[in-house]
Amino acid sequence: MDFFSFGNIIVYIDKFIKFINSIFFVILIIGISFALIISPVDYLQGDSVRIMYVHVPSAWIGLSIFSLIAISTILNFIFKIKNLFLFIKSLAPIGLLFTCLSIVTGSLWGKPTWGTWWAWDARLTSMLVLMLFYVLFIFSLKYFKNNENLTKILSILSILGIINIPIIKYSVEWWSTLHQPASIKFLGSSSIHPSMLFPLFLMLLVLLLYCALIFLMKYKTEIIKIKKQNIKRL
Amino acid sequence: MLTKKIKKRLLFLISIILVTLSFLIFIYLNLKQNILYFKTPSEIFINSPIEGNSMVRVGGMVKKNSIQQNNKEIRFILTDYEKELIVVYNGTVPNLFSEEQGAVVEGILNDKKYLIADRILAKHDENYMPPQMKKILKENAK
Repeated sequence: MDFFSFGNIIVYIDKFIKFINSIFFVILIIGISFALIISPVDYLQGDSVRIMYVHVPSAWIGLSIFSLIAISTILNFIFKIKNLFLFIKSLAPIGLLFTCLSIVTGSLWGKPTWGTWWAWDARLTSMLVLMLFYVLFIFSLKYFKNNENLTKILSILSILGIINIPIIKYSVEWWSTLHQPASIKFLGSSSIHPSMLFPLFLMLLVLLLYCALIFLMKYKTEIIKIKKQNIKRL
Repeated sequence: MLTKKIKKRLLFLISIILVTLSFLIFIYLNLKQNILYFKTPSEIFINSPIEGNSMVRVGGMVKKNSIQQNNKEIRFILTDYEKELIVVYNGTVPNLFSEEQGAVVEGILNDKKYLIADRILAKHDENYMPPQMKKILKENAK
């Protein structure tokens, strides 16, 4: 099990960060030029459809990061794995960032299309609930020291929060909402034209790389913090 | 296989899940009515008290060739292809508001077929495509 020792991990993290840094800006420039310039306008919404290229990927990322940290929290609670705890700690703020981003861009998009910044419909409200769960999660990471209580509280939060995830996903199908139904389905065809779908997935890649970059930096910082504490103890 | 500690933790998790689920069912049963963002014109027609003068939110499609506009107000018909509702509104409508597009109207019911709106929101569908594509689709439909 030497592979997962902190010293080893830091070496790999540095390699990854270097690799992502070398390709990130190229992909970012390609992605942004596709999203803002090359992709066509929408027949109905015109240029405001371009908000989709940030809004949709950040919502996906917000949802999937919460599912990831919820599952890892529960695994961590049962089996107590040190690296898993660091994983949760460094991933949670990124999820919050992207959830906030999707809410903000969503309301910027809502004003010119729906005519309102905010509506208390099921999709928007459940997304706000997800944001609150993230906030609670991060607060408890900050204010409870690393012990049995913390993992208990975190796993309660993740069980409560993970129920919200399918509610967000299917809210637009189960109930009448102002938000339109999903354009892209797991199975079956999407109702977004391919010329708009390509920039969408390109932007998803850009944002995912950005996530990976901050995540790795944060993970490294956490490891360094632990090492520093150990040095003090000696 | 599983140590005593892990069994204890699993038990804790399962009890939390059960408590959460029961809470959730309770909340859902109470909120059932409020989760829906809007009602359809048919639902308004079937069961809606008019005497209360309370706010309702109705969603549907704006009927083709039904928008009448003068300098005081805009008047149109909201339909779910079964029942229709006449809507009167004075104010600005959102950009996407047009015929054969979805709209959500907030206001006070005068009777079961007549609504005085306070606010109009446009609803759009999940289709995104460039304008040329829409043209081709329209021509094909003919």
